[in-house]
Amino acid sequence: MESIALASVDLQKLSVRQLNHYLHHEIEPKTLSRVEILNPNGLHNIAVGLDAPVSLDVRGHAGYFLGGMNRQARIVVHGNVGWSVAENMMSGEVRVKGFASQCAGASAHGGLLFIEGSASSRCGISLKGGDIVVGGHVGHMSAFMAQAGHLVVCGDAGAGLGDSLYEAVIYVRGKIHSLGADAREEPMDESDYDRVGQLLSRTGLDCSPREFKRVASAKTLYHWNVDADQEY
Amino acid sequence: MCGIVGLLIKPESKRSRLGEWVTPMMDCMGDRGPDSAGLAVFSPVGEGPLRRFSLFCGRPGFDWEELGRAFERDTACAGNLSALENHGRLVSSIAPESLEEWLSREFPAVHLLSAGRSIEVYKDMGHPAEIAERYGFAGLEASHCVGHTRMATESAVSPAHAHPFTAGEDFCLVHNGSLSNPWSLRRRLEKRGVAFETDNDTEAACRFLEWRMREGESLEEALTAAFIELDGFYTLLMATAEKLVLVRDAFACKPAVVAETEDYVAVSSEFRSLAHLPGIRSAELFEPAPEEIYSWSL
Repeated sequence: MESIALASVDLQKLSVRQLNHYLHHEIEPKTLSRVEILNPNGLHNIAVGLDAPVSLDVRGHAGYFLGGMNRQARIVVHGNVGWSVAENMMSGEVRVKGFASQCAGASAHGGLLFIEGSASSRCGISLKGGDIVVGGHVGHMSAFMAQAGHLVVCGDAGAGLGDSLYEAVIYVRGKIHSLGADAREEPMDESDYDRVGQLLSRTGLDCSPREFKRVASAKTLYHWNVDADQEY
Repeated sequence: MCGIVGLLIKPESKRSRLGEWVTPMMDCMGDRGPDSAGLAVFSPVGEGPLRRFSLFCGRPGFDWEELGRAFERDTACAGNLSALENHGRLVSSIAPESLEEWLSREFPAVHLLSAGRSIEVYKDMGHPAEIAERYGFAGLEASHCVGHTRMATESAVSPAHAHPFTAGEDFCLVHNGSLSNPWSLRRRLEKRGVAFETDNDTEAACRFLEWRMREGESLEEALTAAFIELDGFYTLLMATAEKLVLVRDAFACKPAVVAETEDYVAVSSEFRSLAHLPGIRSAELFEPAPEEIYSWSL
């Protein structure tokens, strides 16, 4: 949608609760499609629960849960974010210009989360269908129990990558410190290259899909194996 | 939960700002720990044999002047005592163990919070903002400090259970998290003659590190051992007379963020408590990695 008008909200003057109430109940996307949020100052819960095709620019560093449960909105953070950015996102896009703390994109069902810098531990934990692209590295236990969707990591991945994966697929360009239980490296096929290429093109990152490795579930945990005696 | 904060000011000319900069950090992190709080600040007491001792007595109307007079009478040591609310500050050349022994005999309700040539500790119950007001944190001048805002999960809410914990001289530690093996650690240390003052898990970590340093290790070496010996969740921020040191456990469940400019290194549980600092928009910001030792010296 074309930007029709711009509103500016200063979080030194309004509370996060007032901001979110405005974004939930008062904004009219037909007449206003861009909102700029000033002085986020690490505050939590900014722009949580949006359900409108609006475009948000957050000018600074945000705290926990930025863009959680997002539907439709396109949010750009011109800074870093704390824990659980875009957790449970349903659709839309959240882009972080800096780095993200842990649990980025946790349980996201849809939409695209793009972190230009690195994400720390548990990135994409329990991912349920969303797509996550990380320009830098991801920390330990990323994509833990991820069920559907894709995690694309342009840098390195920390320990225990993809532990107890279901059907989500991970693509890593750099080194993998270690794979988690039941995660395995698999050959890339043409559909993988296409998918990585499409996701990268949405982010503007300049790297070749040919450089990525695929990590997916070996599916040995799908059925209970009494002989395994808890050793995986 | 709990919040931790730390600040090290690089240029001497700006050390007069420490209290002004750290007080809003403590106040903001009161959201993570509203039941009690503490702050350790470091500034040299001066040349020579003098040490600074921080004392605490929770008894309302306690007569600190009487303690000062009794100290000089009983110990034959000169002592300069000043007091504010529940806190007394004694500057004297007495040995810490002699002072402790005298206090436990003559003034058992008075606790020694810290001893050293640089450290000074304040801790008390209440919201961190109230405690900061009570003890005038905003006016403190020092090179570095560590603070803690506590939400008790595993032992009582009391001034003694509030952080920072100290052991030995010029060493303190604040902790966000919970240890699962403090009692086994404690039993091992007690066999080696280490005495404890509370049943708090953090005290075990603090005394473990100080014991290793007394045995000849650097703080960094002691922390490398702690990564193996400490079981549980922790972000630990420590200070000595010369430096701030930060570590997170292997799981890194407890948050921390570091901001560095040419004027300061600031550490906090959450970025929002750093947002007021001058130059924060252009500060170098990062989240410390698990089982890495971060150390900043004066």
